[in-house]
Amino acid sequence: MQRRLPLILVLLTGIFGAITFFIPHHALQTADAAMRNDVQRIITAFGLVLGVGSLLQHHFIKIRRKMENWPYSYITIITLVVSAVIGVFGGLDPTKPGILPTHIAGFSFHIQTLFTNMLVPLGATMFSLLAFFMASAAYRAFRARNLEATLLLAAAFILMLGAVPLGRMIFHPLPSFAEWILAVPNMAAKRGINFGIQLGIFATALKIVLGIERGWLGGGGGK
Amino acid sequence: MALSCIVALLLCSISPPGSVAARDVPNDGGGSIAVTWAPSPESSVTGYYVLRQTKGDTTWDTLRFAGRLAAEYSDGEATDGTDYRYKVIAVAPTESAESAPSAYAASSPQWFNTDTIPALVGTAVLVFMFVYFINRARQGRNLFIRRISGLDAVDEALGRATEMGRPTLYVPGISSIADVATIAALNILGEVAKKTAKFGTPLIVPTADPIVYTVAREMVKESYTTAGRPDAFNQDIVFFVTDAQFAYAAAVDGIMTREKPATNFLIGMFYAEALILAETGAATGAVQIAGTDAVTQLPFFITACDYTLIGEELYAASAYLSREPLLLGAIKGQDYSKAIIVGVIVVATLLALLAGVPVLKYL
Repeated sequence: MQRRLPLILVLLTGIFGAITFFIPHHALQTADAAMRNDVQRIITAFGLVLGVGSLLQHHFIKIRRKMENWPYSYITIITLVVSAVIGVFGGLDPTKPGILPTHIAGFSFHIQTLFTNMLVPLGATMFSLLAFFMASAAYRAFRARNLEATLLLAAAFILMLGAVPLGRMIFHPLPSFAEWILAVPNMAAKRGINFGIQLGIFATALKIVLGIERGWLGGGGGK
Repeated sequence: MALSCIVALLLCSISPPGSVAARDVPNDGGGSIAVTWAPSPESSVTGYYVLRQTKGDTTWDTLRFAGRLAAEYSDGEATDGTDYRYKVIAVAPTESAESAPSAYAASSPQWFNTDTIPALVGTAVLVFMFVYFINRARQGRNLFIRRISGLDAVDEALGRATEMGRPTLYVPGISSIADVATIAALNILGEVAKKTAKFGTPLIVPTADPIVYTVAREMVKESYTTAGRPDAFNQDIVFFVTDAQFAYAAAVDGIMTREKPATNFLIGMFYAEALILAETGAATGAVQIAGTDAVTQLPFFITACDYTLIGEELYAASAYLSREPLLLGAIKGQDYSKAIIVGVIVVATLLALLAGVPVLKYL
């Protein structure tokens, strides 16, 4: 039963999810919306507890075993606890203070302030690395080692040249040709890949709903 | 004087909107009535007021003001089973003209959306193909699946990690479990974990979603048990990092540079962090096997990784690795379904082209 119950639940919810696409009746749509929003939210809330537990466990192990760079684990744990306390007790709206004061002598450490002024810039810093990685990836991609790489190099060269005024000056129809590369061969390949992807999604969903793919059952599963 | 006034009145007066009709919006969940009208021909009309009256009431409620080009309005605030009628007032700067009321109409929810019939037929055909090939696989028929070099390289890549005594890093994307690509990534993780358990290679699985973390941990645990190495499993193989995109990228980059895994699997749904992860992995000298159905990230993986599972190969991977007959049957069904779709596209294209030939128009 430990194995059969999840399979039955998946079968029922899978069929239910599929039929709501064909049945517009509000009774069914309301139940579907409740399933997608409320039930998923509740499951995620439970999952979050497990996630935080895992994060703490991972870093406690690092500290206990004095693994490489273990002092950073203290920073992670302290940051997690401090931001959780500020978030839970300091309130979500900066204009409505919670139990915990989040403004002291003109200095704000409200959770929104921390998010906007610390997490967002740190994320942007990581994102900005992309520019450098793109340059190194482009260098690797554009080395004409074989026919495919040469074609890639030629297409990229035409596209880049077609996107700047110099391209038109060198050869008038170049921008149109660059546009054609994007709109016809590139689009055809993308659509071909997308067809495969959609069928793959369909097949995977069907395998799970029918109970053929059972890896997700974990300890109770097996094929 | 009197004549000039009559002429002016005739010139200025606007015609009321004609043919005001109300009907239940088809194929919906109820609560909507579509109102249509023939616009007034005069160019001085600036717009239309749509009014509604409930059967039995004497008052008219104004629903909205529609622009002068409007000829329809969908009343989404109707109560199912209640009869309403509508009238439309054309408005000009100095005057207005009111239409005759429409007939009464009531909204009702439908139990089947007839617009989805093609999708239903397509789904039925695809389901039939899958069930047929799964049954063939059940009967023990040999099903040929083409070689996928990225998956053939899994053993080699894991063997390399074992020989070098370095760990294997498996990144299951940053999306949630609701994404089918994540489910496919977890299915592949199950097969990879069986092999790492067999080879005794350390496995690191950082996750970006609490639910993905829970499922991944159970799958890895099951794989270690199936491989006969439950003792080699520890709770710290799979761990939750963060659900913030670039914080996760920073954490995984840190693992790559500190632990120097010999093999990196980047499989699942990725966004802008794809290249950051793949380039860092390439810089550490790891063998990298990537797979995603995010078409925009595929070029980055192809460039920075040794092997890339493109689109549908991601969904075929767990069957390919496990060689489970039933799963292979599903792939075969998938291939034939694709052949049917390609066939339909070719036939439809030919028909569309032939429809342009003048002689064939008479056939």
